[in-house]
Amino acid sequence: MIVNLVVLLACQLAGEIAARGLGLPVPGPVIGMALLFAALILRPALAERIAPTTSALLAHLSLLFVPAGVGVVGHLDTLGRDGVALIAALLLSTVAAILAGVYVFLAVARLSGASE
Amino acid sequence: MTPADPTEIWTYLRQDPLLWLTATLVAYGLGDLAFRRAGRRPLVNPVLVAVALLALLLRVTGTPYQSYFEGAQFVHFMLGPATVALAVPLYANLRLIRSAFWPMLAALAAGSVTALVTAVAIGAAFGLRGETLLSLAPKSVTAPVALGVSETIGGAPNLTAVLVIITGITGAVVATPLLNLFRIRDWRARGLAVGVAAHGIGTARAFQVNETAGAFAGIGMGLNALLTALIAPLLAPWLVAWLTG
Repeated sequence: MIVNLVVLLACQLAGEIAARGLGLPVPGPVIGMALLFAALILRPALAERIAPTTSALLAHLSLLFVPAGVGVVGHLDTLGRDGVALIAALLLSTVAAILAGVYVFLAVARLSGASE
Repeated sequence: MTPADPTEIWTYLRQDPLLWLTATLVAYGLGDLAFRRAGRRPLVNPVLVAVALLALLLRVTGTPYQSYFEGAQFVHFMLGPATVALAVPLYANLRLIRSAFWPMLAALAAGSVTALVTAVAIGAAFGLRGETLLSLAPKSVTAPVALGVSETIGGAPNLTAVLVIITGITGAVVATPLLNLFRIRDWRARGLAVGVAAHGIGTARAFQVNETAGAFAGIGMGLNALLTALIAPLLAPWLVAWLTG
């Protein structure tokens, strides 16, 4: 458990150092995710070891964005003023993104012979 | 020790991290209960319920967000390690990724760019500007990464957090009727597209509908977190300047 947490925190720390040190625009934890992914490919035994910790963490993933979400109290005037524009952008963009993803997947699957 | 006046106890509590940490967990617990009572309908999202309850509580007690965050930051901190942990399910699905590598990569690129560009373009067409538009750009990405991206490109992370949650709920609600309407039967395509467009909330919904769709949705969510983190800082500020300049 402790070792697993150290693995996660060490990846995040290395990611933060890389992001700041190299001036990368990518958030540190995302680089940490890529580092852990690379580590899992190099050492497959690691996956089984840390899986209990990561599953527990990811099972409650949605709890973790409550504190940031509550910060909306500071943006209620923005939501009131721009609410309709924001909802329209979210709804139409989500529909467009789903359809773009589906049709490109099907087209490339047909071309590359990976269709079902 | 003489018993303290209730107002004194309150003065102590409202400044202590313990109260707001507990309130955050209780509010989420209530949200989760409501979600399960409603038959796991995506519209009754536990995060949205928890955010609404806590926002109301802060309002009623006149507590500033900063005091609340003193306590809630312990929960917030775990977003970083949780983002790193996303590598594990991604690795577990490696075989599935290899089996449909090119369709997935192409669909990821198409879905990711479409989500970002259409959100910003439609927002700009409706008169949104500057910080609000930038906050909208990473709205299809899983929350911990979206907050980081929003901060990097000059958006408001708190606003992004709420937009991300609403996007997830939208995707979870519209995906099944939309894709049935268009007669899409490939569960891999359906799952991947929903994961890219509507992150974890869409993925949770995909798992309810079909196991394969759920696995591909999880992959889509993970890969889009990576891709948007890479392209948003290059694309979003330029796009916003071009559309509103």
